[in-house]
Amino acid sequence: MGIFQLIAEKLAKTKQAIGNKLFELFNKKVINDEFFEEMENCLISADVGVTTSVEIVEQLREEVINNRVKDPAVIKDMLRDFILERIDYEISPLQYPTVILMTGVNGTGKTTTVGKLAHKFKKQGLKVMMAAADTFRAAAAEQLCVWGDRAGVRVIKHEEGADPAAVVYDAIQSAKAHDIDILLVDTAGRLQNKKNLMSELGKIYRVIGREWAEADVRSYIVVDATVGQNAVSQIEAFDECVDIDGIVLTKLDGTAKGGVVIAICGERDVPIVHVGVGEGIDDIEDFDAESFVDAIL
Amino acid sequence: MGLFSSLSEKLNHVFSKLKNKGKLTDLEIRQAMREVRIALLEADVNFSVVKDFIARVSEKASGEDILKSLTPDQQVIKIVNEELTALMGGQVSKIAVSPSPPTVILMCGLQGAGKTTMCGKLGLHLRKQGKKPMLVACDIYRPAAIKQLQVVGKNIDVPVYEEGTNSPVNTAKNAIKEATRLGIDTVIIDTAGRLHIDDKLMDELKAVKSAVNPIETLLVVDSMTGQDAVTVAKAFDEAIDITGVIMTKMDSDTRGGAALSIKAVTGKPIKMVGIGEKMSDIEPFYPDRMASRILGMGDVLTLIEKAQNAISEQDAIEMEKKFRENSFTLDDYLVQFESIKNMGGMQGLLSMIPGMSRFNPDDIDESKISRIKAIIQSMTPRERKNPDVIKGSHRQRIAKGSGTTVQEVNQLLKQFEQTKQMMKQLKNGRGMKLPFGMGGFR
Repeated sequence: MGIFQLIAEKLAKTKQAIGNKLFELFNKKVINDEFFEEMENCLISADVGVTTSVEIVEQLREEVINNRVKDPAVIKDMLRDFILERIDYEISPLQYPTVILMTGVNGTGKTTTVGKLAHKFKKQGLKVMMAAADTFRAAAAEQLCVWGDRAGVRVIKHEEGADPAAVVYDAIQSAKAHDIDILLVDTAGRLQNKKNLMSELGKIYRVIGREWAEADVRSYIVVDATVGQNAVSQIEAFDECVDIDGIVLTKLDGTAKGGVVIAICGERDVPIVHVGVGEGIDDIEDFDAESFVDAIL
Repeated sequence: MGLFSSLSEKLNHVFSKLKNKGKLTDLEIRQAMREVRIALLEADVNFSVVKDFIARVSEKASGEDILKSLTPDQQVIKIVNEELTALMGGQVSKIAVSPSPPTVILMCGLQGAGKTTMCGKLGLHLRKQGKKPMLVACDIYRPAAIKQLQVVGKNIDVPVYEEGTNSPVNTAKNAIKEATRLGIDTVIIDTAGRLHIDDKLMDELKAVKSAVNPIETLLVVDSMTGQDAVTVAKAFDEAIDITGVIMTKMDSDTRGGAALSIKAVTGKPIKMVGIGEKMSDIEPFYPDRMASRILGMGDVLTLIEKAQNAISEQDAIEMEKKFRENSFTLDDYLVQFESIKNMGGMQGLLSMIPGMSRFNPDDIDESKISRIKAIIQSMTPRERKNPDVIKGSHRQRIAKGSGTTVQEVNQLLKQFEQTKQMMKQLKNGRGMKLPFGMGGFR
């Protein structure tokens, strides 16, 4: 996986990267309380969160003591396995026709992700269409149309301020008529504590289910890798609203690695499906748990 | 993370055994600091910032003044809160104005932080202060970013300068010339979102900065940012020497520890915050309030301020007198609801009450409050003064008049009775200044 090598390279660029601290840690010879405390700090500084970090380290400490492990390299492998266990999921393949509903809070990269995915699916020889259901943010539809031009994919859009559910309704009719395999729906960013905006999203979701019953509907939430513990509340709220099937983790080309998803995946049974690693049209990859963990550790 | 996970309650638990002893041992301070540490980490304060902070607070807490405390948990919270506020910067920091116009403000930050929206909000904010601002579109990378700024500018009636995909350095330079020509006094430059480790784009930002020599270089940061906020802020500050920070999306339910981290590592003040989807949703940053929010203790100061704005001193005294004499009527009840409405509704209020910050304000049905109002307004003045006279047929009439049901009328009367009972109990205590004498509106 070339892309994760890239992440590893970028990680190496920053002194703050947890990988470096852990690297130092695993080079130590003595396994004592300080060792585990340091490990806990590394996980916390990767946004894994206090509760999950403590949980992982306690589990690890117990195993290390029970099995009398002395070699830091072995402990590293054990840590790797613990994290893998939490984030490695089998993802059921898409059944066409598919509708992917892209949701999330403001500024995580929904429109960019929709554009990149359109290009990716088109390259696979699928018939793709996009719906600009972000009718709120200024010039959001124009932004999606630029991606549409780049990918050579049609975009269904209405005027700014139009009812997003109506855009989706039209897009579904058009997708059916044109025998489309995948319809990608871009939605407006909304904070999870805004009740009205969340019910608007729920309405879009219901319209899809009602108007295209035979389609395989997948709700994705786009999570910015720089986010902190608020991601937990984001996923809870969106899951309740549109039954989230997957996470897209974006901006992994920065120095943050979105450690909070380790906590979320473990608790909520929601897999990470894609990762975004740049602003180019090809900068999206299927999630690979092993490479991801290796890039972090 | 339930309703009762706020720090004050956890600390309460830690100190429950020592209530009324009024003294702290080192062990107790350590236990308390463990809770403070977790609270700060859960609020996304950077972990090394937390470490330094805990060390400093522990030292202070083990000093003499702690011994004078009434209850240990209150004392600890007070110290933590004071130290946090001091670290946050103490006072409100305003946007600087250049002595030789135009005042140039350069906005920068990561992708998706909310720079373009913030340019608009800031533009409107300054326009309302009587300034003549102009927005400059220097994001030539993100599709339709220029268009977005143009739409934003049109909405707030502020001119937007752009040169398409011309180099940001040239665009910015020409914009200043144009501003001088048009008599514009404030120029806000929107730049592309960039990663702090993207050398090429960081160089571009440096070039823009040295070309226009801004008096303010503001880093726009998403308030939901995690531990990495420190890395990002440090990198931007080292590269282009920022003068301040703007936190966006503060209307989310994040505790916003990133604000503290950034202040701690850069020493630069947080100047403004974005608090909503509308262009007018921008506020100055209040360090003390942020401290309470990070600790999950609610925004008590904002609440008090809002209460003061909504209720005149005279009204408050009047109300207090009525509480004392127990001559509180349904009319007064109505007045209380009006005050709540003036204070931003039940939802807004709850989010500011300590311990309620985790409570989902959406669970409250604001329409219920309007129904209650309708019920009271459907009563005769006599009924409002003395609810005891309201009999079965009256209730039916009131329900019809207000478009509600008899059950709802009954419920209201019961609640009113309970409120009165509660006030009786409060009578012997301190006088109530805030209209909290209401229960059960969920």
